Amino acid sequence: MSDTTLRTPTQPIEIRFRGGGFVPQSRRWVGMVVFIFIVLFIQWGTQSGLISPLTLPQPADIMTTFVELWQSNLLFAHLAPSLSRLVVGALFGASVGIAVGIMIGLFSYVREGLVPLVAAIFPIPKIALLPLFVIWFGIGEGSKYALIAFGTFTPTVVATYGAVDNVDRSLIRMGQSFGLSWFSIVRKIVLPGAMPGILSGLRISLAIAIILLVAAEMLGAEYGIGAYILEAGSLYDLERLFAGVVILSLLGLLTSGIIGFTERRLLGWRV
Amino acid sequence: MDIRLDGISHFYGATEVLRDVTQDIPSGKIVCLVGPSGCGKSTLLRFIGGLERPSKGRVLQLGIPPSDCLNPLTFVFQDFSLLPWRSVRGNVSLVLEDHGIRGKKAQTIINDVLRRTKLSDFSRALPKQLSGGMKQRVAIARALAVNPAVMLLDEPFSALDSQTCELLMDDLITLWTRQPFTAVYVTHNLTEAVRLGHRIIVLSRRPGMIHEIKEIDRPLSERSYADPELETIRKELWELMREEARAADEELQHV
Repeated sequence: MSDTTLRTPTQPIEIRFRGGGFVPQSRRWVGMVVFIFIVLFIQWGTQSGLISPLTLPQPADIMTTFVELWQSNLLFAHLAPSLSRLVVGALFGASVGIAVGIMIGLFSYVREGLVPLVAAIFPIPKIALLPLFVIWFGIGEGSKYALIAFGTFTPTVVATYGAVDNVDRSLIRMGQSFGLSWFSIVRKIVLPGAMPGILSGLRISLAIAIILLVAAEMLGAEYGIGAYILEAGSLYDLERLFAGVVILSLLGLLTSGIIGFTERRLLGWRV
Repeated sequence: MDIRLDGISHFYGATEVLRDVTQDIPSGKIVCLVGPSGCGKSTLLRFIGGLERPSKGRVLQLGIPPSDCLNPLTFVFQDFSLLPWRSVRGNVSLVLEDHGIRGKKAQTIINDVLRRTKLSDFSRALPKQLSGGMKQRVAIARALAVNPAVMLLDEPFSALDSQTCELLMDDLITLWTRQPFTAVYVTHNLTEAVRLGHRIIVLSRRPGMIHEIKEIDRPLSERSYADPELETIRKELWELMREEARAADEELQHV
């Protein structure tokens, strides 16, 4: 008996909480803090001599270069052609890519015919084809549009047909059971159902488009972010090089922001 | 409009799932199909709805559906099959749009079916905001909107908890009493079958054959929860099925 009394605790003990965690939570400020911390660290390092000026330019100097670029109006002279190349090329590549991806998703003949072709084209570094594009489309804007369009096309196709394949078959069955026409099923069930996959594919395609934009402008362009970076690089002008890189990063943030905005607008129905 | 199943047999590869099923489904009655899992009852329903073709035999339509009937054979699925990007109203409107019904006429139909399924206050809600029971009521509203000649219910309540299921059965009985419809109701739940079925068809395990047909004459509106008479029928049916259900459960899956 005394044994049991010893084991019985005199005070009730609260059960230790062991759930929680493993759930991503929104901490928007953290990204900003990390970014500011890195910039401040480099600034401190370059100023104190810990990092030699040849390794990294001072963030403050990059900022000054950037402001000069802005004030001399050269920023827009470089940005405008770059943006128009990006928009035209990516728009063309992505829309053809989505169209082809949907066709692959819907028709077995198109799938069997084009999937191996897309798989063969995908791993080709599109930059390697730039000389070919110059011959086909001329040294002007045409070859640049073509390079960016071609580069965005393949990842968009792959993402789109994957997204169409993943549309819930039971919803399509439902559409058929209510006698919806083939076209209605595609427009009202398949397309909205594939939208999440298409948009996440576009995230990747647009980043690739920016990479190819720079590649295209390194060859035969007077103005453009790529031309600016190439010129700075050949002169080992690290401040200007980094100013160009910062512009590219901002461009990446901008496109990702646009996709994020579209997702919030179009995909609010997701659980 | 009646439905006739004429000598239906079906094979999936070498596996025989249904063998020589012949049966008439009379209009204005609810026919329940029960049987152990894998006996082909859902497959039979998909044959009736024209979503699959039997290997042998035919499904016949006797008579023509009423002229105001937009989609004579209409399903209610177990997984609700609502479009998650459309509101409750949009999901009902989906099945009207293809019949060229838009605007005021569509609004009248939608308001009517939402009222009948007690969903009027939720017409703007998205499926993700709804409970399982409400989702299934939306699916029923959508089915009612096309004015079906025959409703095909494929285990409509098996994804729901038993209380919700009880409430929805009451709703279904009210709907039927107000305006009798023809229905084929597939279920593995005998309680549902004895509550809702005018005729209960028991299928044997694979290959599915008609094992027993039980008629229940008692009007739907008089059947209540834990009714002793229904309970007796339920027990009787269970005795019929028990051994087969056990055998079906112990069968290996042919994948």
